[in-house]
Amino acid sequence: MNRPDLKVNIAGVELKNPVMTASGTFGSGLEYGEYIDLNQLGAVVTKGVASVPWKGNSGVRVAETYGGMLNSVGLQNPGIEEFIKKDIPFLRKYDTKIVVNIAGKTLEEYCSVVERLYDEDVDLLELNISCPNVKEGGVCFGTDTEMVSYVVKEVKKRAKQPLIVKLTPNVTDIAAIAKAAEAAGADAISLINTLLGMAIDIYRRKPVLGNIVGGLSGPAIKPVALRMVYQVANAVKVPIIGMGGIISGEDAVEFLLAGATGIAVGTANFVNPRATMDVLEGVEEYLVKYNEDKVIDIIGTLNI
Amino acid sequence: MKERLTGIIKKNQQLVDGIFEMTLSVDTISNEATVGQFVNLYSIRKDLLLPRPISICEIDKENGQIKLVYAVVGKGTADFSQMQEGDSIQMMGPFGNGFTISEDTKEHVVVGGGIGVPPLLELVKRLKGDISVYLGFRCDPILVKEFRMYTDKVYVATEDGSNGVKGNVIDLLHKHPPKATMIYSCGPKPMLKAVADWSKEKKIEAQLSMEERMACGIGACLVCTCKSKKDDDWDYKRVCKDGPVFWRDEVMWDE
Repeated sequence: MNRPDLKVNIAGVELKNPVMTASGTFGSGLEYGEYIDLNQLGAVVTKGVASVPWKGNSGVRVAETYGGMLNSVGLQNPGIEEFIKKDIPFLRKYDTKIVVNIAGKTLEEYCSVVERLYDEDVDLLELNISCPNVKEGGVCFGTDTEMVSYVVKEVKKRAKQPLIVKLTPNVTDIAAIAKAAEAAGADAISLINTLLGMAIDIYRRKPVLGNIVGGLSGPAIKPVALRMVYQVANAVKVPIIGMGGIISGEDAVEFLLAGATGIAVGTANFVNPRATMDVLEGVEEYLVKYNEDKVIDIIGTLNI
Repeated sequence: MKERLTGIIKKNQQLVDGIFEMTLSVDTISNEATVGQFVNLYSIRKDLLLPRPISICEIDKENGQIKLVYAVVGKGTADFSQMQEGDSIQMMGPFGNGFTISEDTKEHVVVGGGIGVPPLLELVKRLKGDISVYLGFRCDPILVKEFRMYTDKVYVATEDGSNGVKGNVIDLLHKHPPKATMIYSCGPKPMLKAVADWSKEKKIEAQLSMEERMACGIGACLVCTCKSKKDDDWDYKRVCKDGPVFWRDEVMWDE
């Protein structure tokens, strides 16, 4: 039997397969090149980059929890100039798509990164709207439909590459947020970012994380992620990139069936640097087993 | 391509209360490992996702084995302590930048505290010249006999005075002032800070092996930080990839 066709199209960009990396779990791929062939990935989504270097949070930044982990790295990144100098040339050596995840504390910061990338050789942009908006008292950009609409509109105006908007799950109505992003010009939607969580050291009566709260990721969050991808898939027409706790091919297939066109592997990379390849092989095996010629034929084919 | 490895447990026994010694047969690691590096061990429990970073205590290239000495500090290490000879364990490594050994350095001072002592054993084996070893423990010392195989100058302190001098490694350094051109140290942060201050005062170079909570171990996740000087500014370096061994003069202690 022929190998199934794994190609997917995200906002006009063709990926050789739907397997991507989740921003912040893969750097820009350098550390993983020793473990996997980066050419095999559908796309590398780079760690969130801001207009200037961010040092990140102080104190303990990680806590392991049941089937998952909390992090409070705080988007430590070298800033867009360093990123353009080092990371883009590194990734361009590989036959994979480059998705640049963009972080910002103000609308102006997001816009400056997008404008700086205008003439750079990258395939897609991913806007991280889970960042706190410092001008609005630290309220996360992604939790309010009006704010989402405003930031996406302004960023989209300045972007040359297609724009993916990455949603935070820490909202009451994810579909409403997704619709607002789509209406404002998002070319694709990715979800979910981490769920806000906390861990406590009962012996010291202190929070484990220096930042007190952090983002929960890993297999523990998969059911929530899947539910949200399903809801968003029913609410918007733009392609969706699903993520949250994917560790195997079966997990990825669940997201595809729920309506995701692409899927991203995140925390699993920390557990096993070959996780993306395991997921890719698992998706392919599933398609072969169920006589599916093309991965796009199973997207959103849930029987309800 | 590097990948997960299977180590076979040759020995796993308690040294003192809460501290175990594990010998593993895993020749890919014994062949590659250098002094001061660590390995990542995986629990068989599916709910514990992240590997546990454990420093390498001894490297036996000839027999394809490494020795780890670890403290039981949580669920993962508690599981490791229950494993038996013949059991296999999933692992990765070796990781990190270890100690720098220069042939020109003839007078070495090695300072270890608690569970920071084990990685210094392989170091002492490889140092040439005059070696003084200062070891501090809360109560029960470990590996003292092993260190004495390589140098006569091994000084021990315990906080409760049950073994050696009552006090800490700084008290020992004052009591037995060493001849030194290089200091190598591993232990809890307050001890490393004290060693850094002491070595600076004595104008002796120092290499410090730092410990932090880690996730990936390969430099991707950015959770294990060491606040470090960078030109006129500072940044967070990665303990797993840029360390765990740092030069004293790059480490900043103000947090």
